[in-house]
Amino acid sequence: MDNIITIEHIAKIYQVGTEEVHALADVSLTIDRNEYVAIMGPSGSGKSTLMNILGCLDTPTKGVYDFKSVSVSDMNDNELAQIRNKEIGFVFQTFNLLPRSDALHNVELPLIYAGVHSSERKDRAREALTHVGLEDRMHHRPNELSGGQRQRVAIARALVTNPSIILADEPTGNLDTKTGEDIMALFHEIHQKGNTIILVTHEEYIAEHAARILRIRDGLIEKDEEVVNRRIPVKNNSSFL
Amino acid sequence: MKSYFIELKEGVLISLRAIQANKMRAILTTLGIIIGIVAVTTMSTAIVGLRQAFINSISSFGSDVLYVDKFDWLGRVDFRTMRNRKNITYEQYEKLRATLTSYAAMAPNLRTASKTIKYNEKSTTSTLIYGTNEDFMKTSNLVPAKGRFLNELDVKAARKVCIIGTDIADALFPREDPINKDIRVGDIPMKVIGVLEKQGSGLFGDFSPDGQIIMPLKTFESSMGSFRSNLRIDIKVIDPNRMDEAKDEVIAIMRALRKVPVDKPNDFAVNQQEAFKEMYDSTVGVVGIAGLVITALALFVGSIGIMNIMFVSVTERTKEIGVRKAIGAKTWSILTQFLSEAIIICLMGGIIGLMISFPLSLIINQFLPTAMPLDIVLISLLISAFVGVLSGFLPAYKASKLDPVEALRYE
Repeated sequence: MDNIITIEHIAKIYQVGTEEVHALADVSLTIDRNEYVAIMGPSGSGKSTLMNILGCLDTPTKGVYDFKSVSVSDMNDNELAQIRNKEIGFVFQTFNLLPRSDALHNVELPLIYAGVHSSERKDRAREALTHVGLEDRMHHRPNELSGGQRQRVAIARALVTNPSIILADEPTGNLDTKTGEDIMALFHEIHQKGNTIILVTHEEYIAEHAARILRIRDGLIEKDEEVVNRRIPVKNNSSFL
Repeated sequence: MKSYFIELKEGVLISLRAIQANKMRAILTTLGIIIGIVAVTTMSTAIVGLRQAFINSISSFGSDVLYVDKFDWLGRVDFRTMRNRKNITYEQYEKLRATLTSYAAMAPNLRTASKTIKYNEKSTTSTLIYGTNEDFMKTSNLVPAKGRFLNELDVKAARKVCIIGTDIADALFPREDPINKDIRVGDIPMKVIGVLEKQGSGLFGDFSPDGQIIMPLKTFESSMGSFRSNLRIDIKVIDPNRMDEAKDEVIAIMRALRKVPVDKPNDFAVNQQEAFKEMYDSTVGVVGIAGLVITALALFVGSIGIMNIMFVSVTERTKEIGVRKAIGAKTWSILTQFLSEAIIICLMGGIIGLMISFPLSLIINQFLPTAMPLDIVLISLLISAFVGVLSGFLPAYKASKLDPVEALRYE
């Protein structure tokens, strides 16, 4: 299988006062195309730091990070921004939509920074919104949408650039169980279509949707395991979403 | 390049939305810029108007003309000393005319103020009456709009003819052609042979050049009352670039004619229009510039207000900045976004400010010959944009440099 992410012996060290905090001590891993990986760990384990580095939001203090065989370890801010824009689709716990923009414009946003022309941008954003089942909510603002709908807009925004990986940080954390299940169903479907998904969560139940679980503790990978009994989410009738 | 415009458009769009979302705040912030722009444009309109009025009022003095007079116009010599000087005589004029190597025109003249001018039942008051020769048309640049100017014959024969300003023509001949009509200047009957072109009023309304009357020198001497005549000699030079040489020659000849001892200062003055402008610029002009600097402070205070509100805006939208960066906004995309917000606020202030100061300039125009110049409009818009850049840069830079991880975590 194609290799997308290769990390070798990366560490992230923060200077807090006079003390050095090793958020990540020594982590090596590879993630291949069309994998569905869950990163699990208690708070303070370093899973957020790992996610930030994987998402090119942050750079490691030590070690090598190759994204599709290109070293990102020592890229500058603007080069990282370009990688994030083209290769990574983010889905956040708190959705992080722009409150004053409608769903369509929110989904267009990554394409704006990719320099895609207006008409093509709108077409692709509409397509992505249709894909997540929001074709009739395109001109609603986030505050006019339910939590599940907001997360769908966020997923459409993550998908619209056809990124190499989808990075989802606690995507169901702010949703009730039923809506969360719907979102997980959407991720399942996205994965089935060939996308690579990295899911960060602290809920065992959510992590079991993935095919592989990385358990982080004290800045180290404690366990890297295959999920034997994967949960296959049941898609609800989403008319109330 | 194309992608730059796409992002710029997004920056402007998002700024407009942000401004719309905080209307009251935007209005209050803009107020500082509005006041600043109104102050600066109104002040500069007034300054330009004041200077124009001054130039209008000295425009009857040509820039290439030397005025030989007993009095120094800028009062650089004690007034009593000047008053006690001997008058410049007609003989001195004749000799100067015979001796001076080159000149374009030379007009000796006498002046008096305020006479009642009558025609039939109508009467008006003149501002200034000149007695002079045919060369005065060249030295004063006064051109008859109707009829003709004095000619050599009028002057030599001391004919009772005169040229009148438009104000007098309008007052006495509202529906008639003034040419060849007999009017009375004081009590002396005179024939109107010409009407001067309209000059427009100067800073000192009383001395409007449109209220003047010009007649031959000898006619003036015999008819305008018995006073000791102090002649002034107006000399138009051929080459304005060689004014100083001409001036030196005139001084040398006049000193000889008036028998001034070598060790004594001139007992006459050679005046120039340029001296007035210099005096103006070094006094009123300096005060004007100081005024402009002070009003510019208002704009500066306004820009501090913008900077303050932009910092608030950046802090409020930290999370949004984090999201934008996470999905691919580069440093300058964020910089552009916040800079355009500051510039839009300032430009709005500039435009509203101009909409207020334009009517103000029309009011000023009632007192001073000015209109808000187009360059002031453009400059103040440029200043507004510049203030926007200036006050927006620091907050925008701060925003663009935010760490996306920190910004996303911000609540």
